[in-house]
Amino acid sequence: MNAPLKPEPAKSAASVDEVASALPEVTVRLPAVLVDLFPGSQRRIPLSAATVGAMISELDKRYPGMRDRLCDSTPAIRRHINIFIDGERATLDTPLAPGAEIFVLTAISGG
Amino acid sequence: MPEKVALLIGTRKGAFIAESDAAREKWDIRGPFCETWPINHIAADPVTGAIYGAGGNEWFGPAVWKSDDLGRTWTHSSAGLAYAEGEEPIKAAWSVSAKNGHLYCGVQPAGLFESFDHGQTWSHVKGLREHPSQPHWTPGAGGLILHSLVRHPDDPDRLWVAISAAGVFYTADGGKTWEARNRGTRADFFPEGQNYPEFGQCVHCLVMAPGEPDLLYQQNHCGMYRSENGGETWISIEAGLPSTFGFPAAVHPRDPDTLFLLPLNGDSAGRFVPDGEAAVWRTRDRGRTWTDLRNGLPQDNAYFGVLRQAMATDRLEPAGVYFGTSGGALFASNDEGDSWSLVSEHLPGISSVETLVVKA
Repeated sequence: MNAPLKPEPAKSAASVDEVASALPEVTVRLPAVLVDLFPGSQRRIPLSAATVGAMISELDKRYPGMRDRLCDSTPAIRRHINIFIDGERATLDTPLAPGAEIFVLTAISGG
Repeated sequence: MPEKVALLIGTRKGAFIAESDAAREKWDIRGPFCETWPINHIAADPVTGAIYGAGGNEWFGPAVWKSDDLGRTWTHSSAGLAYAEGEEPIKAAWSVSAKNGHLYCGVQPAGLFESFDHGQTWSHVKGLREHPSQPHWTPGAGGLILHSLVRHPDDPDRLWVAISAAGVFYTADGGKTWEARNRGTRADFFPEGQNYPEFGQCVHCLVMAPGEPDLLYQQNHCGMYRSENGGETWISIEAGLPSTFGFPAAVHPRDPDTLFLLPLNGDSAGRFVPDGEAAVWRTRDRGRTWTDLRNGLPQDNAYFGVLRQAMATDRLEPAGVYFGTSGGALFASNDEGDSWSLVSEHLPGISSVETLVVKA
């Protein structure tokens, strides 16, 4: 039996990574007006998540506060934010398939 | 030590800052800031000099913006600025008051939040919405908004807030419990005989006199009022004014007897300055008599309004007075209202004006 290469905490982290790797890998496309609010964010973000809600949680982890810009406290996707997957509007519960491309768009609004 | 004045201007399309030396004759304007979000109110922390902008964006919801360098760079946060799941979500932040890193923020639908870390995170001051009148609060034309935040200058537990259309509320225990303080103010929009309710008045702006914490003034949808007992009772001070309607009120920085109002022609008559002739009205005796101040203001075809948070004074001597119009014009007086000049003519519609005096 080989000696462990890493101490226990690192082993736990590895198992978390294994779980993450089991999630669908997707690409999120963010609007420029949102990217402008979060220095360091990008228009195109690859990540792993099983649902739109989990995708937003992952975005919020990387860019703290981004959830509040996309969701209200209902909780729901904000009224004037549209999230499209394969041409269909998604909700927080919409599942993500491997390779999916998710478009986060600002609706026509304002004056 | 030379000083300069910064006018903090909230507009429908971002925040702006106008700066001048102490003469207040020539102004340089920078902006738009806050990514052109609607900024309902922008105000400074007088201790730290930080500037906070309360706003809400149709796409991205409410947030409070912050700048530590007079507007050159900005961050924003709404961490904790939310009601519980299932309640009507917050649409926008409407008012902000900062004092040495302790902030209050009024929101729509009406409620109160506070921050103890310079606006990084927020917590709900739940006691206000637990007031038994809360289910009966109704929105005015601007929405159900908490727009006025009036702190006691020495006692951090004492605070007055004003909500359209719910009225004035007061806490003496840091926000745990509240009482309505509207006795003597009218609600003309209620049935005859029910025009002086405990709550439900459409207060438009609430301000505190300098050096006299119990001396409050308010511009209401239905009249102008003074209270000399912290809002427990109010008396009308509208005699001598051209209407009973208007939005903003601004106190003098040192004289508790001096108040500036900008009456509009009426709630169903267009809501612009009477007869298209602009005037700020000043009292030097707590509202017993009034003088109209027109020198330098347009006296022909001036069909603009001025919103509830869009008039302010500075603390220089003599005091400066400023107001911004719903059409985007900004006017300034460097002599307590005796004369006026146009600072800028074509800003976006102005929601709020506040001042900050700093070292030059």
